[in-house]
Amino acid sequence: MEVINEIRFSMPSLSVNEAAARAVVSAFMTQADPTVEELSDVRTAVSEAVTNAIVHGYRGTKGKVEMTVRLLSGREIYIRVKDCGCGIEDVEQAMEPLYTTAPEEERSGLGFSVMSSFMDRLSVRSKVGKGTTVTMRKRLAPHDD
Amino acid sequence: MGIDIRSENGAAIAVLSGEIDHHSAKKLRTELDRFIITMQPELMAMDFGSITFMDSSGVGLIMGRSKLLRECGGRLEIHNPQPYIRRVLKLSGLERIVRIK
Repeated sequence: MEVINEIRFSMPSLSVNEAAARAVVSAFMTQADPTVEELSDVRTAVSEAVTNAIVHGYRGTKGKVEMTVRLLSGREIYIRVKDCGCGIEDVEQAMEPLYTTAPEEERSGLGFSVMSSFMDRLSVRSKVGKGTTVTMRKRLAPHDD
Repeated sequence: MGIDIRSENGAAIAVLSGEIDHHSAKKLRTELDRFIITMQPELMAMDFGSITFMDSSGVGLIMGRSKLLRECGGRLEIHNPQPYIRRVLKLSGLERIVRIK
């Protein structure tokens, strides 16, 4: 699949950057003229992935969250969110709806459910002690032009 | 992120505005809990009409406040969520424990 455009950025694991990541993705997506719903879906999925990296990957420690956003041919949006945090021991369990390791922080355990519902494809690669990479794709509705 | 809480005849309305994510939920949680514990309302309505974004952090915020209100003998309602916020609420199954109007 051909990459039409790409943006890469990195941010420290500060919770204030959750909104910053959404803003960058929104700005990048305007070139594809998405519907309000498509934009909202991607923004929500990105927010979940970045929050996971900050809350669970780094657990209050300092680290970098790296993001890659691509517009692919066929009006597909590709997003990769990578952290070099603690990693996930059991990815399958982490992806179960309502499973959370941080109930005291009122994490609902729905992050991965939201990502998989609002995007077309979701893949999670993780290594304990090395970090986690979340990759998501969503095909936008065809355009007239 | 804005919050304005008013109380009348045992019922409270919390008008929220802006975006709810993990970052902003912390402040909202503190303000809402302080009000609930002090005033112990029978009913609290959280007005989501001016909320422009919410991820699953909002679900945690709602579940936590609903639990606290129940412990204080009250209940929670969610009013006026935008369609894209309704989708997150639906996915969470919150409709089973909190009334959404």
